[in-house]
Amino acid sequence: MRAATRAPVSVRKLEGGSVAPLVFVALALAVLGADLWAGPYYVKLLTRAMIVALAALALDLLVGLAGLVSLGHAAFVGIGAYAVGILAEHGITSGWIQWPVALVASAAAAAVIGALSLRTRGVHFIMITLAFAQMLYFAANSLSRYGGDDGLTIWNRSDFGGIVSLADRRTFAWLCFVLLLSVYVALARLSASRFGRVLRGAKDNERRMAALGFAVTRFRLVAFVISGTVAGLAGVLLANLTEFVAPAYMSWHRSGELLAMVVLGGMGSLYGAILGAFAFVLLEELLSRFTTHWALLFGPFLVLVVLVGRGGIAGLLARLGRIR
Amino acid sequence: MSALLAARGLAKSFGAVVAAADLDLEVEAGEIHALIGPNGAGKTTVLGLLSGELRPDRGRVFLSGREVTHAPVHERVRLGLGRTFQLSCVLPSFSVLENVAIAVQAREGSSFRFWKPASPDPRLEEPAFALLERLGIDALADRPAAMLAHGERRLLELAMALASRPKVLLLDEPLAGVGSKEAQRLVEILARLRAEVGVLLVEHDMDAVFRLADRITVLVNGRAIASGPPSVVRADPLVRAAYLGDDSER
Ligand SMILES: Nc1ncnc2c1ncn2[C@@H]1O[C@H](COP(=O)(O)OP(=O)(O)OP(=O)(O)O)[C@@H](O)[C@H]1O
Ligand SMILES: [Mg+2]
Repeated sequence: MRAATRAPVSVRKLEGGSVAPLVFVALALAVLGADLWAGPYYVKLLTRAMIVALAALALDLLVGLAGLVSLGHAAFVGIGAYAVGILAEHGITSGWIQWPVALVASAAAAAVIGALSLRTRGVHFIMITLAFAQMLYFAANSLSRYGGDDGLTIWNRSDFGGIVSLADRRTFAWLCFVLLLSVYVALARLSASRFGRVLRGAKDNERRMAALGFAVTRFRLVAFVISGTVAGLAGVLLANLTEFVAPAYMSWHRSGELLAMVVLGGMGSLYGAILGAFAFVLLEELLSRFTTHWALLFGPFLVLVVLVGRGGIAGLLARLGRIR
Repeated sequence: MSALLAARGLAKSFGAVVAAADLDLEVEAGEIHALIGPNGAGKTTVLGLLSGELRPDRGRVFLSGREVTHAPVHERVRLGLGRTFQLSCVLPSFSVLENVAIAVQAREGSSFRFWKPASPDPRLEEPAFALLERLGIDALADRPAAMLAHGERRLLELAMALASRPKVLLLDEPLAGVGSKEAQRLVEILARLRAEVGVLLVEHDMDAVFRLADRITVLVNGRAIASGPPSVVRADPLVRAAYLGDDSER
């Protein structure tokens, strides 16, 4: 018998290796630097990027690890945000109530949408997740009690008593940092775990996995619920950051952008999704200074990254590392 | 009903094509039952009906006396049914060892674990490695399955099927496209398997079939035209006419 030591091929590709810690160190320095020298605007920009990265991370669990392309993930961000907004509208501002309600609501929605969507495969899966997201988008539009298509202003951020004050921009930024880091670590563990291995196996060859005795759909559903819940958490944070929630949070443009971030970062490398989200948010910010038609420039850029840098930003970094 | 695996009155058509018609079939413990027949006779379809990938139009399937006609694939696997495919079917981006380790994991039934790494884990990898040794492909343990030669992939498939410790194994042309040296090894392995698992063997290589089989069923257009011990089937005039060729030398 030999000692099994080397990580298997398929895991090695997914693990952040030495890059992921660097990403988080750089991010921490950026938040620190923005706070010290650049001012509140940039702290808020970085906070938004971290929240978007959390949503992209959630989607990458499905797309990269499980091979399930969802084009409706903004729906779960929206559900998390609306849960906060609606509760606040009714005077319930305690985060101890808002956050669990929001997470349970997005998990429940993901369980229902997942159970129905996972009956389909490939393009049909893409279409049906999109269809569900559109349904929720229009449902939110019709919520006239909660602002309808104008959206809903949130007058107070979630209240956690004296423990953390989200009203403080610096505290809020670091809270987002800690949550992003925790979720990243948890999902990286998950991806190398037995559960993650089943997801990867089913992505590789679903028929074989069934013939081995795996009820593949059950595993995918659990992944879908985890992913929807994390996206819901991003929604909770987003509502708190913008102090506002609107149907536009759930529009298919938002879902498409999340997918673009995952592809941009390099599918299946979790830290890649974070890089993709940052590249997206920061480029959007930069380009929109020069032109209102920033999307015109962004489209070709995306095409370029996908064509030239197979494996996205993470793939590029990995290849640079190898050359060196 | 003592048979490990039994089919009663199994029928399946694809439009006008009859792939199985009123078929009765058993696999007993300790036997290799060969299912032979010309191309398109319905052999792969029958394996699909037995494994649960296909639904029969009529008929019933029993595993160890328990009816599984409507049970999904993964449930039949839990009840002791394993299979390999006519076209090799492995997890291409996994290493050879990982392919077998995940099969062991399936048997252990403990896959909702989210935190501890799946590798290294001796409880999965030691049984997996032992199987690779047994099939003589342990030197390939770290190679990605996508890079295996055809014959090696067939051996890997067999290792994966065995990892779930099946009581009955359905093998769809395990020797097809395998070099003669590896075919030799596979035949020896299969012969030794008989002691621990019942086998339903679909195979075109008649030398191997007559060396291995305890019983042979001949399928033509979805119908069993003969079934019995090799010597009887070999002598059957219907079989000679329909399949073996009149001079029966293949
Ligand atoms: N999914 C399907 N749809 C339509 N026809 C099918 C399907 N699967 C099999 N058939 C047809 O059913 C018949 C039996 O096919 P099957 O693959 O079971 O034959 P086989 O005995 O395994 O042949 P071979 O020796 O070539 O592997 C063939 O005529 C085939 O074309
Ligand atoms: Mg066949």
